[in-house]
Amino acid sequence: MEDLTVSFAGRDEPGRRTGQRANVLEGVGFTLAIGAIVGLVGESGCGKSVTAMSILRLLPSPPSRVERGRVLFEGVDLLTLDEGAMRDMRGNRVGMIFQEPMTSLNPTFTVGWQIDEALRLHTPLGRKERHQRCLELLRLVGIGAPERRLAQYPHELSGGLRQRIMIAMALACEPRLLVADEPTTALDVTIQAQILDLLAGIRERLGMAILLITHDLGVVAEYCDEVVVMYAGRVIETAPVRPLFANPRHPYTAGLLASMPKLDGGRGMLPTIPGMVPSPGSRPVGCPFTDRCPNALPRCRTEMPPLEIGPDRHAFACWNPVR
Amino acid sequence: MTSNPRQSENPSDDLLAVEDLTKHFPLKTGGVIHAVNGVSLRQRRGETIGIVGESGCGKSTFARLCLRLIEPTSGAIRFDGGDLRSLPARALRAKRRDMQIIFQDPYASLDPRMSVGDIIREPLDIHAIGNRAERRAQVVELLEKVGLPPDAARRYPHEFSGGQRQRIGIARAIALRPKLVVADEPVSALDLSIQSQVLNLLVTLRAEMNLSYLFISHDLAVIRHISDRVAVMYLGRIVELAEVDALYANPAHPYTRALLSAIPQPDPTRRRPRTILAGDLPNPETPPSGCPFHPRCPSALEQCATVYPASRNIGPPDKPHLVDCHLYD
Repeated sequence: MEDLTVSFAGRDEPGRRTGQRANVLEGVGFTLAIGAIVGLVGESGCGKSVTAMSILRLLPSPPSRVERGRVLFEGVDLLTLDEGAMRDMRGNRVGMIFQEPMTSLNPTFTVGWQIDEALRLHTPLGRKERHQRCLELLRLVGIGAPERRLAQYPHELSGGLRQRIMIAMALACEPRLLVADEPTTALDVTIQAQILDLLAGIRERLGMAILLITHDLGVVAEYCDEVVVMYAGRVIETAPVRPLFANPRHPYTAGLLASMPKLDGGRGMLPTIPGMVPSPGSRPVGCPFTDRCPNALPRCRTEMPPLEIGPDRHAFACWNPVR
Repeated sequence: MTSNPRQSENPSDDLLAVEDLTKHFPLKTGGVIHAVNGVSLRQRRGETIGIVGESGCGKSTFARLCLRLIEPTSGAIRFDGGDLRSLPARALRAKRRDMQIIFQDPYASLDPRMSVGDIIREPLDIHAIGNRAERRAQVVELLEKVGLPPDAARRYPHEFSGGQRQRIGIARAIALRPKLVVADEPVSALDLSIQSQVLNLLVTLRAEMNLSYLFISHDLAVIRHISDRVAVMYLGRIVELAEVDALYANPAHPYTRALLSAIPQPDPTRRRPRTILAGDLPNPETPPSGCPFHPRCPSALEQCATVYPASRNIGPPDKPHLVDCHLYD
């Protein structure tokens, strides 16, 4: 992904278009190696979900518009594909799972019908073969009694089971890339551990890459190979997981890590990041983190620092990084 | 339960004491949800008890029962030296001055048609505290206490972010200088950088106003940070109860261990093999027999399927560490 910039039409309070456009993503770029798990982290409104939706070209347009940039997948720019070619890509070469499995599953069809749909659309398999494949997929995602599950409707299943069904659907055509947008946020921790271990295991077996979007730094530390940190629509730091946690360079990343209560931490006051994230319409000219930053310099207000790659493939966009 | 180990030495130190609290919700289908099953707990004045567990374990219901926001099916509640269950409605309402609640969703829990000043002043109006001018001055003072500007009083909830709305909810909850505050997942809906701001505010207010929190969360790191003692709930029961350091250093119940092991840690150098629990949380309408955790428990014994284990103290007598598990029989 290179220099992706996406704008949305502005709306005033009653919801009328104002004619002004605000860039929700600003020059977002990162790479995902074959078979890697990359964590995309940031707080609400930082643009991580918009990034995911742009890869899949699922953003409604209007109001959204891609201003510039490319999304290269196996050498092809997804943004230049026509809608038919893109549909072949989605659910086939690129799979996706979302946060809320209940709203992403169709309540009026059985689980079996919905898993079968991707196979009907994207494979030449016959009915019997597809049924076998559906059973195989349910076993792959650790669902017992698959014959019975195929005949059930989403509301008959627990949240953990629904998310497994979503994963089975996304894996139906053995995608090369799986985009997972907060796949475990709605689940309890013991179920979250099951699902994330499942995804990590499937990655090993199928060799697909996973873009894991999350706000949970613990999930990133335990499951990802690389991390991309976003703030206010920009990538502000990216690195392999170990150097990022051992030595965060951007003050925002460092502040986030410090402000987390830890299981083995002290019990006094937590370090905090003062203030709030600026909204897309009111982002400053320079670095959007300046007003909250303990390291801010006068230059930060006027000029956005570039994302410069240092040793360790550790890149950060900051004029005055944490040492 | 003649010698109840949850009893503290001096009962007058207790702010809240619940005994064998039970809540069954009857269903239209004729079934019954066993939301809370015979829970006993004592909270000292100024103490923060963290209640942790997964969705559906009954932690929110339990906290609401303690305030009698939900009527218990059976059991006793003593609050601040008095019997709460026998209070008639009017006396209960007066007592509510001393017990307040902060909710999880700062978007849903504030009336969008009321100004922030009115929202915070409402409890003062209801309990007729001071005259109008005094109440208005108090609102300004409360806003300052929770870190909001004085002009916030004239504005409306939708003009504020999630973290600021949670501050409004906190200002309202502390307006009457309560003794007990139930905080039901107060930071779960907030972003990480805002979560630490609100946690710090709760810690500061506790010290300033000598508050006791009943702090409900599914996040074990947050619970550890704020609690003096921690109660772990599973399917309507407290399965482990201990001082915070003892619980985290030496978790005794297999469920507590699994819960701690399931939390991803923000340290990639310490990726650990984890205990992954098989299966889902059971349906509280048809809880498993014996210990409700036994179908998922990696160390289940034969008797676990038939008999619920009694509470045992595995800690020193002055700092009880209670666990409901047959492994310690």
